[in-house]
Amino acid sequence: MSNVLPESSPVKQRLTGVDFKTWGPFIALLALAILGVLINPAFLGLDNLSNMLTRSAFIGIIAVGATFVITAGGLDLSVGSMAAFIAGVMILIMNSLVDQFGPGLVTVLIGVGASLILGIGAGFINGLVTTKGKIEAFIVTLGTMGIYRSLVTYLADGGTLTLDWNVRDVYRPVYYDSLLGIPIPVWAFLIVAVTGYILLNYTRFGRYCFAIGSNEKVAEYSAIHVDRVKTLTYVLQGICVALATMVYVPRLGSASAATGVLWELEAIAAVIIGGTVLKGGHGRIWGTVVGAIMLTMIGNILNLTDAISNYLNGTVQGIIIIVAVYLQRAAWRTPGP
Amino acid sequence: MTMSGMKKTLAVCVSTAALGMPMMASADEYTIGVSIPAATHGWTGGVNFHAEEAKERLEELYPDVSITIATASDPGEQANDLEDLVSLRDIDALVVLPFESGPLTDPVRRVKEEGVFVTVVDRGLTEDGIEDLYVAGNNYEMGRVSGEYIRDELGGEGDIVVLRGIPTVIDDERVEGFESAIEGSDINILDMQHANWNRDDGFEVMQDFLSRFDDIDAVWAQDDDTALGVIEAVKQAEREDELFIVGGAGMKDIIERVMEGDDLVPVDVLYPPAMIATAMDLTVQHYMSNGPVVGEYILGSPLITEDNAEQYYYPDSPF
Repeated sequence: MSNVLPESSPVKQRLTGVDFKTWGPFIALLALAILGVLINPAFLGLDNLSNMLTRSAFIGIIAVGATFVITAGGLDLSVGSMAAFIAGVMILIMNSLVDQFGPGLVTVLIGVGASLILGIGAGFINGLVTTKGKIEAFIVTLGTMGIYRSLVTYLADGGTLTLDWNVRDVYRPVYYDSLLGIPIPVWAFLIVAVTGYILLNYTRFGRYCFAIGSNEKVAEYSAIHVDRVKTLTYVLQGICVALATMVYVPRLGSASAATGVLWELEAIAAVIIGGTVLKGGHGRIWGTVVGAIMLTMIGNILNLTDAISNYLNGTVQGIIIIVAVYLQRAAWRTPGP
Repeated sequence: MTMSGMKKTLAVCVSTAALGMPMMASADEYTIGVSIPAATHGWTGGVNFHAEEAKERLEELYPDVSITIATASDPGEQANDLEDLVSLRDIDALVVLPFESGPLTDPVRRVKEEGVFVTVVDRGLTEDGIEDLYVAGNNYEMGRVSGEYIRDELGGEGDIVVLRGIPTVIDDERVEGFESAIEGSDINILDMQHANWNRDDGFEVMQDFLSRFDDIDAVWAQDDDTALGVIEAVKQAEREDELFIVGGAGMKDIIERVMEGDDLVPVDVLYPPAMIATAMDLTVQHYMSNGPVVGEYILGSPLITEDNAEQYYYPDSPF
């Protein structure tokens, strides 16, 4: 590999080909979409595309938050359980308010507000224990992951928490309705992504995230409040989980111990596929967005064909994820310093 | 059928308790260990609920019996639970619903070698002759009853989709039974995909089936959690009128719909989590009854229709 290095100067790279670092995820997505069409033309159906994008919104919104956490050198494994827990509490709160406020907008708004407060609180706890407690993020969030998962199981008595039918009717449009032909969850995803993009690339907070992720000590000596910024990334993650939950609950109106299982790994995978570096210091919001869509697309394509044994779904997913990241990293290595 | 069976057992319990009490005096005390999977999804949630109910009921009925319930979230943990039940609780009998058949066969055998009476529930061990008592639903039958209903309802021809469970023996047996029931008819399975007995997966897989196939006459969701996801997907696509859905297990939300005569979910097929209670009853009977209580007890998988739904309805159960 090293003897190739001198030949590929940055100038030549610009002339010969695309910048894989930036465009890798988009190219992979496009390739996957073409594969989808070849496998089954129904893939391009308007219904299918809208279903798929709507589905990707949950993981996508969470992954935008995860981009900040990972860029700043952290990790949050608790997001899936947190989503289940928030969804559960939200449902319980809304059900208990029906008597008082009726199954109207007020009940739903209080539920949504509660979800936001829980998200901020849960993120704050993760951040505080990680920074002030000086415990690795992996351990802290592994702990909270177990805590939230068992709490939702406890709240549901091991079964399923179901939203009151009348409240459901009021809340349902948040998942199923469209604005200007685009489903509301997709709007939510888009708004979160744009906000995240601005926050990460055009604000001091974003630059601090990059700095801390690159080298925490140097950042500290540069008078950055490392603990504060890191805690803030977890709070941001919590907010994103809350937002994802807000669009998740109206879909099936229920939460159980099976809700959000492995979402944390999907979110992290989306972030990495998108070109963010797992050890921190470099983040890309649009890459994350593409990563989340890609993960959903793989599942969708597998459902559209019976050519591949169902038992092998995981294998296909694994291969596509690794290839997608390889495409990007292969180009990442060659240009040299 | 099962309900009346259970009631009969109960009646027998009461009478033997009255007769047997003086003989046992205070010398005999029975400790029964119950090892079940933690409530990781709806069905196991039901198992936990019914196990707790049965424990309360049996302990009240028989002051000499004490029951310990241990829940495990994976096969390894369950194996540890079994060791603890023997060494710490000194159990006389074990009621175990194995997480997975393979990995738990040996741990259960070791319990048996300690001289404990062993009742295995739902998932059979991979080796014969370990358990004294086997209580289970019939997965093959469950699939067959579902297939038969769909075949008859469609008049022997039509296009259907199947949402399978988690890839396990249970799922295989059900699908085998289902396929045997529709064999020879003109029922065409458009595709089968795994929805893992999960509501979200059921929703997503069904969405994709709906965008892929323009004409679906029936859906076999195999599980009530999956069925609830399927219902939402069908509603979203506004295709409620062209098809019906058959779930399975006996979840209260689905039973409610069946009771109300919902056209989309006209029936359900029983695979009751309450079988853990049946097993606990029978295990206690091994000590209390004057008849032999060993062998195999296979519960039926009756079709739940609008007419008989009420007897399978447990409004207090979380499942």
